Amino acid sequence: MSDVTMEVTDDASATRIDPGESLPPLGTVGLLRWLWKQLTSMRTALILLFLLAVASIPGTVLPQRGTNPIKVNQYLADNPTFGPILDRLGFFDVFGSPWFSAVYLLLFISLIGCVIPRVRVHWRAMMAPPPAAPRNLQRMSFANDFVSDQSPKEALDVAQKSLRGWRIRRDGDASISAERGYLRETGNLVFHLALIVVLIGIAIGGMFGWKGNVIVREGSGFSDSLTQYDAWGGGRLVHPEDLPPFSFTLSKFTVDFERGVAQRGAPRVFQADVTYRTSAGGAALPARIEVNEPLPIDGVKVFLVGHGYAPHVIVRDRTGTVVFDDTVVFLPQDGNFTSTGVIKLPDATPSLGFNGVFLPTAAVDRLRGPHSLFPAPDDPALFLGAFKGDLGMDAGAPQSVYRLDTKNLTRIGLEPLRIGQEWTLPDGSGSVAFVGLERWASFQIAYDPGKEIALAAVGLAILGLLLSLLVRRRRIWVKVLPAQGAGSLVQVAGLAKSDPGRLPDEINALARALGCTDDTTRQRPVDLKENA
Amino acid sequence: MNSVQLAQASNGAIYAAMITLAIAMVAFAVSFASGRRRVVAASAAPASIASAGGGTALLTRSADEPSALQPGRRSANIGMSLTWLAFGLLLAGVVLRGVWAGRVPWGNMYEFSITAALAVLAVFLGMSTRRDLRWLGLFVVIAVELTLGLAVTVLYTEAAQLVPALKSYWLIIHVSAAIICSGAFTIAAATAGLSILRIRAERKAGDAQVTGWLARVPSGERLELMTQRIIAFTFPLWTFAVVAGAIWAENAWGRYWGWDPKETWAFITWVVFAAYLHARSTQGWRGTRASLIVLAGWLAFMINYFGVNFLASSLHSYAGVS
Repeated sequence: MSDVTMEVTDDASATRIDPGESLPPLGTVGLLRWLWKQLTSMRTALILLFLLAVASIPGTVLPQRGTNPIKVNQYLADNPTFGPILDRLGFFDVFGSPWFSAVYLLLFISLIGCVIPRVRVHWRAMMAPPPAAPRNLQRMSFANDFVSDQSPKEALDVAQKSLRGWRIRRDGDASISAERGYLRETGNLVFHLALIVVLIGIAIGGMFGWKGNVIVREGSGFSDSLTQYDAWGGGRLVHPEDLPPFSFTLSKFTVDFERGVAQRGAPRVFQADVTYRTSAGGAALPARIEVNEPLPIDGVKVFLVGHGYAPHVIVRDRTGTVVFDDTVVFLPQDGNFTSTGVIKLPDATPSLGFNGVFLPTAAVDRLRGPHSLFPAPDDPALFLGAFKGDLGMDAGAPQSVYRLDTKNLTRIGLEPLRIGQEWTLPDGSGSVAFVGLERWASFQIAYDPGKEIALAAVGLAILGLLLSLLVRRRRIWVKVLPAQGAGSLVQVAGLAKSDPGRLPDEINALARALGCTDDTTRQRPVDLKENA
Repeated sequence: MNSVQLAQASNGAIYAAMITLAIAMVAFAVSFASGRRRVVAASAAPASIASAGGGTALLTRSADEPSALQPGRRSANIGMSLTWLAFGLLLAGVVLRGVWAGRVPWGNMYEFSITAALAVLAVFLGMSTRRDLRWLGLFVVIAVELTLGLAVTVLYTEAAQLVPALKSYWLIIHVSAAIICSGAFTIAAATAGLSILRIRAERKAGDAQVTGWLARVPSGERLELMTQRIIAFTFPLWTFAVVAGAIWAENAWGRYWGWDPKETWAFITWVVFAAYLHARSTQGWRGTRASLIVLAGWLAFMINYFGVNFLASSLHSYAGVS
């Protein structure tokens, strides 16, 4: 009888802990075994799943270094007391924190400890015929008994024929055990094992993959080496000197914005036209990179992730020498591309620095100061603040190219410039001219050798999931006894571990095939205590 | 039709659907209220069969269905018919919206919401063709009406083109899967919530019959099984929706997973429903506790939809609401 409740190893039963067993036996080995059993129990898996969900929440409430480092610094500045404590506890890098890692690693250990033994159990179950019919079929969740005209042998022959597609065990002319839906457990195991492979794929990507970001102005180029990136990060096993030797030039960047009333200013078109070479001496090939159309080169993908304006500025110093004649990358600060940028000229006489705000469609009001009304360059203006003095660039400390430290500088003045206008600095330090406007595009260049593994595993996981949730494992037994005269007494019964689905119909159909005249399969009443 | 006419037709169809649903809501409510006193008498018959069978009940499919609907049957039927009508109107509204915009109507939260409302109705009506679900109508119609009300008041935006980030065939795959999930999860939350109430009532009633409006819903056991079946169908689909999103993210942003708030809440939703499936096969967790997990999963889904779009700075901020 015991196999009736245990054998349909659908879910928990294989690893369930008997409460009577849960007291730790003495000794280290015993204790370890007890701990292992606890860890691999379904209840622990359940708790770990909850912990995983709860542990993820702070990662969506607090700013995260991985996605928004600027906001993290702002948060730390705003919360001088709690900020650093949260920081030390890893709350600004939740998904890399030790406690988050601990939860998912424990979950995976629990998963492995639970699934591997079940693979063995399931393999054996698939190899062996179903167990013999239990003595008392009345106790099954579905049962039907009736008198049939067929002889015991005939009845069992008919049953065997009707149960095509079922795995069958026939014990002479006395009984048949039939089972089907093995794919449920197969799918379940495939799903869980595939999850492990997903994790492996992620780990491979983390160890051998890398990604970098770079801003490229129209007309400028990029070649794939570490020094060319604005930001770069790679796994522990990446050799930066081995980056594939491709290069590309941004020939033209096209962008268009919504001009209608609805969603005015929303982007409509981003296109980066580039020419690229797969190696230094290779042929130059044209390509177009768009937001959903990355450019694959040598297993590496080049993604278009952002864009902005690069005003062209010419600066002369006191001596009249041209000390700067180039486009400058300005970073957008809002949806209308109010952008800020900096020019540093330590070698000019005197040393000059400019703090700029670029407005594609300029407006000034008392409340917001200079700001842009629309992201397209309909009425561009460049507001430049000029400074002279020590730029602090000789001190050796690394500086951001997007920030001007004005601590040791003398302010010369502020002037709005339109394209073609020149501003002669009022103190005679030189002049600055806004001569033209170009665009820049930012690219993410990424290499992830694990993603195909993860994708294949995820596909397998979904397949396994579908099988494990939609296939129903169930058993049917047929027992026959010779009746007085010619016929036989037939008992048909069935059991499903989780969802009975169409099992009652299957039993009714079988009963009819065996000579039962009506659909009188009984269902044992549901035990509501189970719901407590 | 020109653009203005299309806009008027789409909005008109959606308003008409809302009015129809409001009347359906009244009809379902009337069916719940009418003949409440007769319920006890109506449901006494199956009980006697159960006792006569010596602890076993005859297995016919209708035995588990609430036979108590008879008194309010006509108004419940009117409610169902009106719900079908509302579904047709809403479908027209969503399709016209797509025609107006010249693309799939999934570019902003207004469009997601009207399509999600359509999905809830589709799942409900689809399920109702195979079994009697009139008892569920009131709850579904209320949920849909709230969604549409929010859509037309707070979330409304004129149709416009897609931002480049959304211009991908993955929009159709990822968003349609997610929207179907929203419909199915919502129905599952309704059956799970009802099962909690019903089980409590059954326990209070002891050996007697459940009385009051809960007599009109199926047994707690049956509700729990329904919930499990819906989740069994929806969980793989949700997995697929998340994976499709990851593939799209890899194609658009150069990484398939970045713990963006939207991604994280999708993950939380997935983990919670995974916990539900485990709970259903863990002793002591099968019943009300498992149903509570479904409600938690649905809440996570809703936080992802409303919370992340409005509160968090996310790559997925396509609300289009200013």
